[in-house]
Amino acid sequence: MTDTDILSARPRDAEDRAGARRILIIVPAWNEEGSIAGVISEIEDALPFVDVLVVDDGSTDETAKAARAAGAVAVTLPYNLGVGGAMRLGYKYARDRGYDVAIQVDADGQHDPAYIPKLIDALSGASLVIGARFAGEGDYSVRGPRRWAMSMLSLVLSRMARTKLTDTTSGFRACDRDLINLFAEWYPVEYLGDTVETLVRTVRLGYRVGQIPVAMRKRTVGTPSQSPLKAMLYLTRAFFALFLALVRR
Amino acid sequence: MNLTLLTGATALLFLGFIFELVRRRKLREKYAVLWLAVGVVVLALGLFPTALNRVAIAVGVANGVSLALFFGVMFLLLVCLHLSWEASRLEDETRVLAEEVALLRLRLDEQIEERSAP
Repeated sequence: MTDTDILSARPRDAEDRAGARRILIIVPAWNEEGSIAGVISEIEDALPFVDVLVVDDGSTDETAKAARAAGAVAVTLPYNLGVGGAMRLGYKYARDRGYDVAIQVDADGQHDPAYIPKLIDALSGASLVIGARFAGEGDYSVRGPRRWAMSMLSLVLSRMARTKLTDTTSGFRACDRDLINLFAEWYPVEYLGDTVETLVRTVRLGYRVGQIPVAMRKRTVGTPSQSPLKAMLYLTRAFFALFLALVRR
Repeated sequence: MNLTLLTGATALLFLGFIFELVRRRKLREKYAVLWLAVGVVVLALGLFPTALNRVAIAVGVANGVSLALFFGVMFLLLVCLHLSWEASRLEDETRVLAEEVALLRLRLDEQIEERSAP
């Protein structure tokens, strides 16, 4: 399916959903004043029936101001807590205000809002839906230790979840009310914990996890590191994160 | 004899310092008890450095000083571990506070806005 197919299918779905479920998009943002407004307006253009919450994770720039100006609700942490802390705050907000669905979207613009309706649809068969690369949409070349790390994670977690998960570290994910309540109280803060450990916990508690294929865009600012040393470090940390997730209660 | 003077005086200073910290409420009770007990042990060993010799020989250690050193290192390792644990716990607590502060600030801003624009 191409992007235009998704977009043309949208308005009807939107009306179906508008009154039925309350949907919150959570955007954790740290010093993203340059890209945040674009991300918000793109979400609101594609999905006028959702609310957008920007969690300003202790930014030193004007991220919160830019988010408010773009029409989102912005909540500001007094200092930087990392993605895990920002997301737990987002889930607390979703729980307190009675949202039925919470969707995490990154502030750097790499997640295409056009896929959000598909994520929401997939929630009928799972409590947690991941927007995943390497599943048919888009083309990516990840090589070396970084690839090994991702393969190892997806192998172990797919087996645990009894379903194919190709991109376990993706931050593009949707969850239902049960998991909003869980994540509002419990959300890992360590590196990779916010993605890997939440998956392990979710599966162990008996919730179903699913994925839909997505194409991710190039980050608007900054490039992912390609140095072999950093890739090796990533592999080590991925191993450790998985190990911790598996042994922890 | 000179050695006993040195170790004994050091132990007394140590004990006095802990006592002063407790008196000024700089140490919580749980730590105060621990460190006072350590101070007493250090004082006893300072005044009688040979006291551990018998125990040392019984467990196969050459002399009391080596045994005291071994226990000392183990104790310090445990204290370090405990401090890491406390720091993790405190960080967890401050994270919750930071989240609560952020939510309260949002709610406050919303209420101010509602009142100024009815």
